[in-house]
Amino acid sequence: MTIGEIIGVWLAAGLTLMMFSFIYRDNAFFKLGEHLYLGISVGYFVNIQYHQVLVPDVIRAIRVEHDFWVIIPSLLGIFILLRLVPSVAWLSRMSFAFYIGGFAGVAIPNVIHGYFLPQLAETLRPFNAGLGNNLNQIVILLAVFTVLIFFFFSLEHKRIVGGISRIGLFFIMISFGASFGYTVMARISLLIGRFQFLLDDWIRQTILRL
Amino acid sequence: MLFFKRQWPIIIAFVMGIVMWARFYIPTEQSQTLQDEFMRWARILFGFAAMLGILSLLHHHWNKIKLKRPGFGFSVVTLVAFVIMALTGLLPVSWTWLGFADNLRSSNGPHMYLFEHMFVPMQATMFSVLAFFIASAAFRAFRARSIEATALLIAGCVIMIGRVPVGDWLASVTTVEMGSWGARSLINFPYVTDWLLNIPNAAAQRGIILGVILSQIAISVRIIFGIERTYMGGGD
Repeated sequence: MTIGEIIGVWLAAGLTLMMFSFIYRDNAFFKLGEHLYLGISVGYFVNIQYHQVLVPDVIRAIRVEHDFWVIIPSLLGIFILLRLVPSVAWLSRMSFAFYIGGFAGVAIPNVIHGYFLPQLAETLRPFNAGLGNNLNQIVILLAVFTVLIFFFFSLEHKRIVGGISRIGLFFIMISFGASFGYTVMARISLLIGRFQFLLDDWIRQTILRL
Repeated sequence: MLFFKRQWPIIIAFVMGIVMWARFYIPTEQSQTLQDEFMRWARILFGFAAMLGILSLLHHHWNKIKLKRPGFGFSVVTLVAFVIMALTGLLPVSWTWLGFADNLRSSNGPHMYLFEHMFVPMQATMFSVLAFFIASAAFRAFRARSIEATALLIAGCVIMIGRVPVGDWLASVTTVEMGSWGARSLINFPYVTDWLLNIPNAAAQRGIILGVILSQIAISVRIIFGIERTYMGGGD
């Protein structure tokens, strides 16, 4: 290990313990780590935006490719920043209208063709794939229908509609349980990773030098 | 002036929406170029919008320091960390005297050094700490008080067991020979997990997604036709 790597491991270990201190309770060490994380992540994000958007799409486009059309979105971008100046904040509406209006237009055909129709096609498959698959297909149809009814608020959820939406809620809960299980596992996996780092990279390799 | 402030943005949203919508049904090279160019412009706008958020955050912390509000020291940490992280990736100066590579964003550069030894461990730890809080939340949420809560509890537990080695182990030790059916496992968590994920979970997700898509279409139409105007913000 080089000196730089050793310093890096100590730094990472210190920050890891700082963040772990929140398990005990909210304290100054955690707050320090939290604010440090905030500053670093924003600094990193600025770099990403600069190197991956501003340089290729604006600076290089104007300087190298002589594509002066990008001056228009750059100007609209400056309008967005003018939101910080109350007297001309209304100019940012032009930029938001351009962005949101454009994406609304892009979204309608894209979600219909890319998501809505394929999802419907997968749901409404014929019953010709054997007993087990047909039973699964019935469960899918039942679940999709009842979940859609659960989110349909134009009818009051009473009597038959209430009963159907209750079945939909049951399926939603199974889905949330699945998501919950996966989330717990992902977090536990991260926790194991942090302990491995502390025990192996920090204590074994840096302190004990094994 | 009021026209420019209130009507002009609605006209822009309408024109952009209709043009980008119609473009989908005109499969020509020019139409594809229009879409690509819009996406590029949108990327630039997103960059500026992100910059607005960052400026707003920095402004908040700067004010906190200026007015010496409680905890302003932490704001100093945020600003210093931001400046160091931003400059190490932006300033074209040599860092070789500190043992780093000259290329700012290479894996041996100072920017990536800070990223790997500060950003990554802090982020991973922050999310891993949630494991403890999820465990305590699970204890409260997973008490089977209704049929729906029971469904959540069972699905969550089955999936957790089915996706770890103990699930495979249970399936293997409970495998018995069942005549013409062959060897079958009596407690097969991995199989049940797959079924839960691929059938009821996928179907419920599909129902939710279909609802979201319909809402997205509705809100897009409202934006294009000027019914939905929340993006304009308040004021005149």
